[in-house]
This record gives sequence, structure tokens and C-alpha cells, in this order.
Amino acid sequence: MYAFTFRRPETLRQAANLLSKNGDAKPLAGGHTLLPTMKLRLASPPELIDLSRIEGLEGIELTGRALTIGAMARHADVHGSPVVQQAIPVLAKLAGMIGDPAVRHMGTIGGSIANNDPSADYPAACLGLGATIVTNKRRIKADDFFTGMFSTALEPAEIITKVSFPIPKKAAYQKFRNQASRYALVGVFVAKRGGDIRVAVTGAGANGVFRIQSFEEALKKRFSPKSLEGMTIPADGMNSDIHGSAEYRAHLVGVLARRAVAEAVGK
Amino acid sequence: MAAVSLTVNGKPVTTDVDPRTLLVQLLREELRLTGTHVGCDTSQCGACVVHVNGKAVKSCTVLALQLEGAQVLTIEGLAPTDGPLHPMQEAFRENHGLQCGYCTPGMIMTAVDIVRRKGHELDDRTIREELEGNICRCTGYHNIVKAIAAGARAMQAGAASQAAE
Repeated sequence: MYAFTFRRPETLRQAANLLSKNGDAKPLAGGHTLLPTMKLRLASPPELIDLSRIEGLEGIELTGRALTIGAMARHADVHGSPVVQQAIPVLAKLAGMIGDPAVRHMGTIGGSIANNDPSADYPAACLGLGATIVTNKRRIKADDFFTGMFSTALEPAEIITKVSFPIPKKAAYQKFRNQASRYALVGVFVAKRGGDIRVAVTGAGANGVFRIQSFEEALKKRFSPKSLEGMTIPADGMNSDIHGSAEYRAHLVGVLARRAVAEAVGK
Repeated sequence: MAAVSLTVNGKPVTTDVDPRTLLVQLLREELRLTGTHVGCDTSQCGACVVHVNGKAVKSCTVLALQLEGAQVLTIEGLAPTDGPLHPMQEAFRENHGLQCGYCTPGMIMTAVDIVRRKGHELDDRTIREELEGNICRCTGYHNIVKAIAAGARAMQAGAASQAAE
């Protein structure tokens, strides 16, 4: 790691001020992506702003028809939360699929979303559930938030404070893991809430998480895995690497989407 | 340099560190608690697992400065130095739950955390799933799994006999 200074602000305002004073400073949540990246010298922020001392960023609560999760909630908190398990069980399950138990004790939902790793699980949940990302400045729809691989709509000195998920009627997530890293080689999140049907894909797209309109239209006619039979997506724009070709990933998207719908309807 | 105060194995520690100092470096290089090992240094192998505020974390991926006010427990603090081994340590010894022993401190700290979260009756499948973040390069998993199941039961028996005293 290159040298940096370490700040422990106690309020969101202090954190935002520190970030605006130093444009190269980075907020530190659980650190389970940022610190390994710094150890590899792929990132070298001159200043880290530790968000863990700021009160009120960790809560999980059900308010009306939305489940709100604080940005600093750890994956283990979301996985083990009776509130999440009751309101959106698939979200608790998804949190339990990230990394390993020790990683889940540190990693946070806000950190995962802000990083927008193209193989991360939470971006698929946010886009698939039509979440709203709340920051110290505004509310951003998931559809507008994820703007490409490792890139988001967050502005300088903008800090995620919580994520609000509308409660779906049916939802499921199917993750096909890379056998070594356990990251999603492809992950497909499907959700149905009234007439709103969403299919979100992580791991596959060269530009990060994305929705599949053709699948969503087909599922609007009938929410059943049968509706997706024979449907494929083009391999153009898919990731291609030693773990899987673009064609392979495109194929997996169809397979996992059908499995996810089958799981969501309970078959 | 920056100051940090935390509790390690029940003892208060206040020290000045370079902000880059990882928890595992503080433990091994400054406090000379070398039971916590560095295997991969990339948060995958789990040789460096310690407990922070009661939960298992990978000490190679936490900065010492993130732990202001925290309670840290390492393998050295699991049992009193002059007393018997912790039931989980004893179970690893009884079941030959190690070959070269490099991964053992992390395995044991993870095992105690599994018991905290999943209770004392652990089936093999649960243990194997929970060990996802701990790698034994001797591939001695079979006896590690046996040791954790036995250790989990022994921890319950230990807790029961303590309560009876």
C-alpha cells in the first residue's frame, strides 16, 4: 500500500466536507474491496475517510411498503436479519452468498453498490428490485445509478446513506459461481411486483449490471419459466475471459433466468 | 503515525501506527502475537482470522486504525496461558485436525465463530459450507470437520459444567 492519512469523521457532514476538500480521498466502509485493491497498488488514495464512526448508517427497517437498509449494514447483518428474511427473503439469501463468513462480517451493502463490481451480487438485487439509493444529497433510482463497470452516478463527496427496496410479490436470485473466486460468473435476479417485472443480470455484461427487456416483456404475458423457453440474448457486450466466453455467459443468462423464475413461482 | 487504542486478549493496547498497518501486522510485528498467521494476504485463505468484537474477521484486510475501541481476540487469548486448552483446541488435538498446522489458528478461530452463530450440534455439510473462507493446503479437511463437530459439542459440555459449579 502507498501511504495515506486516515480520518474518522463522526458525522456525515464532516465526512462529506473531508471528501470535498480532497477530491482524491476515498470513503472507507468495510474495506473488503478497497483495502485489497490498495494492497495491490491498483488504488492509492492519499486519504481514507472511515465511515464506521458515523451513527445511523447501519439500521435495517421496514417502513410501509419498503425495506430500508443502512449503507454500513454488513452482509452478515442483512443475511441474519429477521426483518429482511420476512420482507424480502431472497435479499437475505443473496447477502449470505457473498464471500465467506468472515468477509460478510466486514463487507457492507453501501460499499458493494458504490464500487459496482461487474460481478457483485447487490447491484443485481438493486436493479432487479427497483431499489432507490439514498445519499447525503438525493435519492437515485437504481436504473440511473449503475452507469457502467465500476462506475456509478455518485458525484464527488456524495455518500450513500441507505438503500430502499420496494417489497416484491415474488423474487429469486440464481448465481452461477466462478469455482475459484466464488464471484458470480453470471447471476440473474428476477422480481415481480404488480405489473412491474424486472430481470437483472450481473457478472455477464461488459458494462456491469443490466436488465433484459425482452425477457421482462415475455414474463409480463405470463410469469412462468415457460415464457422464457428458447429465448436467448446476444453474446455482443458480454464479458469474455479465461473463466467463460461471451457465448457461454449469454447462454447461462437464459438458463439462470428460467431457473430464477421457476424458484420465484415456487416450482 | 496515528494513535489507536484497542483491547487485545483482554489487555488494553495504545500505540502509534503508520496508517497502513494492518491488524495482522499490529498483532504479529508489534505485539509479537505470532499465532495469527498470514497465508495469502488477499482475504481468501483465513489463516489470519481473529475475532473483532466477537466476530470472525480476516485480520489481513482490516487496518489497525479501523479498530479504535474494539475488542480483539486472537488464538493466544482463547485459553489461559497456564490452564487447559480451549475445548475447540483440544478437539483439534484429539482428532488430529491439522497436518502442517499453518491454517490451524484461523481454523480454530473460525470454528468458535461457527459455534457462536450455528450452535453446538453441527452437521458436516454446515461445517464445510462455513469453512468456505478457510483453506488448508495440506487438504486435511476431513479431520478438521470432525474436530469442529467434536469441539462444538465439547464447548456446550464445558458451558454446562461451568454453569453447574
